[in-house]
Amino acid sequence: MGIISRGFGGRRRTAEDARVPPGQYLTDGFPVLSAGPTPRVTEEDWRFSITSEAGDTVTWTWEEFLALPQERPHTDIHCVTRWSKLDTEWTGVGLDTLLESVDTAADFALAYSHGGYTTNLPLEDLAGGQAWVVHAFGGEPLAPEHGGPARLLVPHLYFWKSAKWIKGVRLLDHDEPGFWEQAGYHPYGDPWREQRYWGD
Amino acid sequence: MPGHWRPAVLVGARAESPTARTLVLKAEEGWPGHRPGQHVDVRLTAEDGYTAQRSYSLAAPAVGDTVEITVQRVPGGEVSPYLVDEMAEGDRLEVRGPLGGWFVWDPASTDPVALFGGGAGVVPLMCMVRARRAARSRALFRLVYSVRAPDGLLYRAELRERAPGDAGLDVFLAYTRTAPEGTPRAPARVGVADVNTHGLPAEFGPMCFVCGPTGFVEAVADALVALGHDPGRIRTERFGASGGPR
Amino acid sequence: MTEYLDANALAGALSEVFSVDLTSSWRRCSVCGHTGAFAELHVYTDCPGQVARCPSCQTVVLRLVRSGDTLWLDLGGTGCLRVELR
Repeated sequence: MGIISRGFGGRRRTAEDARVPPGQYLTDGFPVLSAGPTPRVTEEDWRFSITSEAGDTVTWTWEEFLALPQERPHTDIHCVTRWSKLDTEWTGVGLDTLLESVDTAADFALAYSHGGYTTNLPLEDLAGGQAWVVHAFGGEPLAPEHGGPARLLVPHLYFWKSAKWIKGVRLLDHDEPGFWEQAGYHPYGDPWREQRYWGD
Repeated sequence: MPGHWRPAVLVGARAESPTARTLVLKAEEGWPGHRPGQHVDVRLTAEDGYTAQRSYSLAAPAVGDTVEITVQRVPGGEVSPYLVDEMAEGDRLEVRGPLGGWFVWDPASTDPVALFGGGAGVVPLMCMVRARRAARSRALFRLVYSVRAPDGLLYRAELRERAPGDAGLDVFLAYTRTAPEGTPRAPARVGVADVNTHGLPAEFGPMCFVCGPTGFVEAVADALVALGHDPGRIRTERFGASGGPR
Repeated sequence: MTEYLDANALAGALSEVFSVDLTSSWRRCSVCGHTGAFAELHVYTDCPGQVARCPSCQTVVLRLVRSGDTLWLDLGGTGCLRVELR
């Protein structure tokens, strides 16, 4: 070990709580993480698309999206930068609902966003009541810095998988690494197994 | 090689304001010297091996293996409260540097220089002022220093009572919230008028160095461009709320 | 507005990999043709790594991820650099 700075404790890192994955600490705030400028997308211009592996695309406008059955997931979120936030409340449409309109046998999905961000997931992680496209947080419209008008929410994986400013999902036969997955982060990202980096 | 971590020991410290402190650090295995405007990364290691790292501008030319940084305490911060409030003489940390070859002033240059510092953004600019004095440079220098209130002023005495080598240096203090009584300029953020009045005219072709929080840097850089300065002569260094990369 | 830093902020991390200071190099963007100092790239650090973008077209110039003694460096959008080997 290198030079110790006497009296330096650092922010205590880990929370002792069965709801908090290893290596995480709890925060009451909602840190804003962003790898680029915040896209400004109006509800008027907003579209959400799912494209199947055969190339068929289904698209929803904002109005059509809000007319779908709305769910209110109550969940904990875990960011790979080591903060976790408990009991967050969201409003949005389940991916199960959206995927009903698509004929697919794909194994993988690549979510893509305004601003160029992408992230990859196995399709089965988007199904089964585990993933939503959400447009409200704590009962308020989702703020642009948190991904508004709408973001992906996949709370059982590290939060970089919950792509902000989501524009659509491409369904694929093969796994295609996204923005952070190309640059050292884990292709799957399970916080309970601490799958932070490529190789973990 | 600047890329490796060097052990350093605190050999002196000065309070610059109620929330800022200058640390005098001796690099125990030597220091290669640095150019005014460069920064260092500082790494702290706790007894359990946990580390935290931040970037700080060098505040003065090196004296042998001794360097100075000035640290502003960030409320709720992880590193700056330790450096400002806890660290005592004889305590150690690691530094990496000198770093950055872009935001630097060349003491051999005779070109006029306009410096704009917002808050702790004055630190690398002070290094340039001090290097100018040390080099007996006669380059025309203007420093516009934006500060919230009088008690936040860094290097107060040194900026007020100009050293003999500081002929040709002009300093303008722009208070943004509270100004001392009798200050003609009402407290306000630095704008085009301040840059125009207290900087240097674009016709002089000065090198412009702008350092501070993002909002300050953008406002001053935009003002300089609007006043006809060559964008290629404007060098900026923004710092985030956390005081450095996390 | 999302805050970014100047690419001066990357000097320390890059100094671990490169023996010359890349932040004072000159860059030509292969996407938009913009030329300028590497130090003028916009760097986003409030994210799982560090991301530098072209100040003109916002294309991702580099991505840097750090974990302990391992560093991942994606230079996919760098374009051409002119580096002074002093």
